[in-house]
Amino acid sequence: MFVAAYWIGRSKATGMRNLATKAQPLHSLPRYYGYQMLIWCAVPAITVFALWMGLESTVLTKLVKLSLPDEIRNLPGGEFNLIINDIKNIAVGNISQSQSDPIRTTAAADYSINLGFSKWARAVVVLVAGLLGAYFGYKRITYSARARIFVEKVIMIFLITCSCLAILTTVGIVLSVLFESLRFFDKVPFSDFAFGLHWSPQTSIRADQVGSSGSFGAVPIFAGTLLISAIAMLVAVPFGLMSAIYLAEYATPRVRAWVKPLLEILAGIPTVVYGFFAALTVAPMIRGFGESIGLSVASESALAAGLVMGIMIIPFVSSLSDDVITAVPQSMRDGSLGLGATKSETIRKVVIPAALPGVVGGILLAVSRAIGETMIVVMAAGLAANLTINPLEAVTTVTVQIVTLLTGDQAFDSPKTLAAFALGLMLFVTTLILNVIALRTVRKYREQYE
Amino acid sequence: MTSNNSDASTNTDTSSASSVTSSLGPLDLEKGQGTKEQSIEEIVASLGDTVGKTRVDNPKMSATGVDVFYADKQAIFGVDLDIANNEVISMIGPSGCGKSTLLRCLNRMNDTIPICKVTGELTLDGEDIYGRDTDPVLLRARVGMVFQKPNPFPKSIYENVAYGPRLHGLSRNKSELDDIVITSLRKAGIFEEVKDRLDAPGTGLSGGQQQRLCIARTIACSPEVILMDEPCSALDPIATAKIEELINELSENYAIAIVTHSMQQAARVSQRTAYFHLGKLVEVGHTADIFTNPRHELTEKYITGRFG
Repeated sequence: MFVAAYWIGRSKATGMRNLATKAQPLHSLPRYYGYQMLIWCAVPAITVFALWMGLESTVLTKLVKLSLPDEIRNLPGGEFNLIINDIKNIAVGNISQSQSDPIRTTAAADYSINLGFSKWARAVVVLVAGLLGAYFGYKRITYSARARIFVEKVIMIFLITCSCLAILTTVGIVLSVLFESLRFFDKVPFSDFAFGLHWSPQTSIRADQVGSSGSFGAVPIFAGTLLISAIAMLVAVPFGLMSAIYLAEYATPRVRAWVKPLLEILAGIPTVVYGFFAALTVAPMIRGFGESIGLSVASESALAAGLVMGIMIIPFVSSLSDDVITAVPQSMRDGSLGLGATKSETIRKVVIPAALPGVVGGILLAVSRAIGETMIVVMAAGLAANLTINPLEAVTTVTVQIVTLLTGDQAFDSPKTLAAFALGLMLFVTTLILNVIALRTVRKYREQYE
Repeated sequence: MTSNNSDASTNTDTSSASSVTSSLGPLDLEKGQGTKEQSIEEIVASLGDTVGKTRVDNPKMSATGVDVFYADKQAIFGVDLDIANNEVISMIGPSGCGKSTLLRCLNRMNDTIPICKVTGELTLDGEDIYGRDTDPVLLRARVGMVFQKPNPFPKSIYENVAYGPRLHGLSRNKSELDDIVITSLRKAGIFEEVKDRLDAPGTGLSGGQQQRLCIARTIACSPEVILMDEPCSALDPIATAKIEELINELSENYAIAIVTHSMQQAARVSQRTAYFHLGKLVEVGHTADIFTNPRHELTEKYITGRFG
């Protein structure tokens, strides 16, 4: 139907163009009239379809409810919903009818009839809406109609809608996390959470249970997150940046064609694989080495997790840095070399400053990835919330705690579960602040070329 | 003939403002359209020996039998040429004739292009600049270069000029460096315009000012020779006039080689002129002679704007 609308609109406009005179020219090219008619046809049809889909289940449920006997209708919300679900399941055949009572069976039969009717009605209404729209659009194909401008506007509105969708989703996530966090802070004071030095989220299910203290001081786990991320960045930034410089400035095209994809493979390895690599290979190695020089190393250490995580995020730094370094104009390098600078002087004093914003962008991406990383830490750094800066001890991170908090058997509104939301919020705020600081710093030190 | 990815400056001649070049249109002899590899060499052979005096009494730099190859394509064929002290020599010729390539050989900027190969002898004060003992980095400090498009670093005006002296340790302390920067800016005739904003970014200047800043930056390394690769092709006539005036002043202290597409410019600024064609030095001589009394047929056709 949409395609037909396009062709009808276009062919009418083509015909009009052939008849057009100097005094009354056709405003836009025929295909724009086609697009215009397509839009007039599609927008009403799709809107009606979307509305129908949105309201269908509510309306049908209401109808079912009306047909049910009073005693069921007056049941409390939860049980009533169960019955409605039963009816729907019977209607689509997920539950065999023999197990159910006659009331449900009849209701289900009604329901499925209504569903079928709804399907037909939907098709008809959508078709009518589309045709009406198309007719209206067809009427609007005149010599003076500014179809090109109309189409451009619609495209712009469409693009704006798409970008708003992303922003709205983000806002939605933040708000939901925020409200859950507020519920958490009703039960645990904010100061205890933000400044408490002890993390032990076990709350009792029964009053006489051991370990029912439930202490929610987030400092140790944030310290753990920062410690591991810092170790990871200490690995990733130098190695990533250096390899980017090599690839962009020194490597021959053939070497580059091989090495770059190989480096990027690092980013494609599942984090679980990194996790057991860290836990089973790196951690024992570090412990063995530590013991040989007389240090006591926990079998799960921040160092092991941080090192492996650093390896994992090297490609984030190197790939992005490589791109921005390559994008620095050759004339900059020529200028520097022409003044008698060596290659490394040129890179240090001209190329890197010019590429700085992109490099920092890559590093920021890597930091976010490091802070958000869960699997490696679960496997290699442990679950103990120690407040320490000794990289040889076991620590735990925010994301790991969120996982452990939400994967247990817990009431969904217990402080333990809600703590996960609070942690998520804190994590979000922390990364946001880090990003803002980094971007400010870059703006101050960047050297912009045109 | 330059290969595609090699030397941008020799290929982007279309942007040059000279009406004379553009009126030449597509030259039959120029660049052989890639298929006539053999015919190019035949044409080159048919051009014969360079007309005019290639040698001078007091050469600062001199080229002898220089061939340049980009991969397996030859860009320059057996060029002999001297650049004298305190003299401006201009190199003219149609696009792709190798003049920029030769210029870039003179301070080994072609080293940055991996596929480029230079044979023959190039000397600076009698010293072979492609010799084993010559450090291209030091050479480039002695033979400065100004590029076609102004390319100030995205740093402050002061830092742009101080860049070279810092690299080469030409100053012992801050006040000496200040002196070098101010002297260079003054020599480049831009000091009065920027003295109040030495901390402002060099990229914020106008095109002509940027180019003079680049010249100041080159002078600051106290070079002996200055190479200019179409320094005015991106500038308007007023900025061009300023740069030409500057070149005249600088020629008192430096040997200058300038590639240009504007024959009026060549006539205005240079004492000697060299005409290149298809990688071959066709004719060289005093500027006045070249423009009033060219001896080679091709030179005459080129400078009168009738080609082929």
